[in-house]
Amino acid sequence: MAKNTNSVPEQEVLQGLNNPFNRRSFLRYTGAGMAVSALLLAGCDDDDDTTTPNTTGTVNLGSNDVGILNYAYALEQLEAAFYTAVVALPNFSTLFPSAVERQVLTDIRNHEVAHREFFKAAITANAANQIIPSLTPNLPASALASRASILSTAKTFEDLGVAAYNGAGKLLTNATFLGLAGKIVSVEARHAAEIRDMIENGTFASGDSGIIPGRMIVDANGLDVALTPAQVLAAAQPFIMEKLNGSNLPTT
Amino acid sequence: MNIFNILKEVEKVDPEIFDRLDPRRAVFKHFGGFGKKLAAAAVPIAFGSMLNKAYGQTAMPSVRDVLEFALKLENLEYFFYRRAADTNIFANAAGKTAFTVIRDHEEDHVNFLRTAISGMGGAAPTTYTDANFDWTAKGTLGNATFTNYPTMLAVAQAFEDTGVRAYKGAAPALMSNDGVLQAALQIHSVEARHAAHLRRMRRDMANGVATNKPWITMKDRGGLPAAFQGIYDGEEVTTQAGVNIVGTFGGIAIDANAASEAFDEPLTVAQVNSIVAPFIK
Repeated sequence: MAKNTNSVPEQEVLQGLNNPFNRRSFLRYTGAGMAVSALLLAGCDDDDDTTTPNTTGTVNLGSNDVGILNYAYALEQLEAAFYTAVVALPNFSTLFPSAVERQVLTDIRNHEVAHREFFKAAITANAANQIIPSLTPNLPASALASRASILSTAKTFEDLGVAAYNGAGKLLTNATFLGLAGKIVSVEARHAAEIRDMIENGTFASGDSGIIPGRMIVDANGLDVALTPAQVLAAAQPFIMEKLNGSNLPTT
Repeated sequence: MNIFNILKEVEKVDPEIFDRLDPRRAVFKHFGGFGKKLAAAAVPIAFGSMLNKAYGQTAMPSVRDVLEFALKLENLEYFFYRRAADTNIFANAAGKTAFTVIRDHEEDHVNFLRTAISGMGGAAPTTYTDANFDWTAKGTLGNATFTNYPTMLAVAQAFEDTGVRAYKGAAPALMSNDGVLQAALQIHSVEARHAAHLRRMRRDMANGVATNKPWITMKDRGGLPAAFQGIYDGEEVTTQAGVNIVGTFGGIAIDANAASEAFDEPLTVAQVNSIVAPFIK
């Protein structure tokens, strides 16, 4: 996909984003104008115009860069909810007798809350009428039952988060947003490495990905996993009550 | 002459013209005021200096330049780990295994980048050997790099944390090539995994840096000498894109330390080159 940057003053962009009646302008300003005819030909989905959940509990992530930001926001909400629940467990100290490990999990909770709140504030500032709502986590009791199940769930979430950002970077058209995603993904990778080492020391960047059958977490080219939003949403959906609709997200 | 029409024409050829002029639009805003004040004859001069600024000093490095830059860093890491993994100064077998794993990844990165550069055509990628690197860091480390275990781990942490920041800084320059951008991101997160493990190893070793975490707190060097401060300067920010990360959310307090840890920061090519310069002959 050709990269475009906004070619009008930011104030106009923000007005376009904030004005629900000015969608055509918004598309033009964000460089998506070229995609409009394709969208019309493909039959524009009515859901494209709203990201508020409908009566069936579906959350539309939206399109373009804002859709990708909502996608990241959804994943950070899930991670923050999980670690908040872990640290709040009444038997947290029993499950994790090591003070170092408790500090690690508390740190990660704080980082994920920071990421969640960052996206909430940043999307609100840029596209208040397109931000997705707070999601309802659906964490099975088994995921919080033991040290092993907590770390296993954490590993899945962290490796999935890294793969999600690695796959979404190229879908962004705004260099500032790409830079911000880059600032977060390496922290997620640090989490993933530490969680893997807590499960088995030395597995920070080796062993099965646990996401794609047969794929090592770091492949023969020395590359980490990258997944499309569709792949990530399929894996994350069981942990979220609302149905996430990523069908309007960019794919290239 | 209508400057805005000219900019529009340039934009057809270079859609990033406005960002080149100034990503924050500040220069452009000033230019609006300029136009009113300057005599018509002076306008082309001001315009020329704007374009010079846009294409002269602030132009993004090419995709090829970024890949060559990454190739140099990956070679530095590969030859370091190749020597390190061959030593017998490890405190335990797990440490040696970890260095072997990382060495192999860095070799994979070197080969991958060489293939990517070759695939772009033009001159062959630069070839490096161990002799290209100075493991004494211009004498600063003496012969400790491969004889003193804590020093060896410290150098490894320095390289990994630098590598993460280097790829992060370069990523936006790769936006014109989706395939290369994604691969760079996939390498970037592997370097972050390495960095986390090295920092953990230094935390856990006997007489290690007990406060060292897998992530970077403020601009703390994690026990590295002051000469390495450049690797961590700038990591202490607690505001992202105008959003203050510090606060209390749902009863969970995010202090400045957590706010800085939650986001890694980029380095420019010049900053990275300055950091690794002592290791390059």
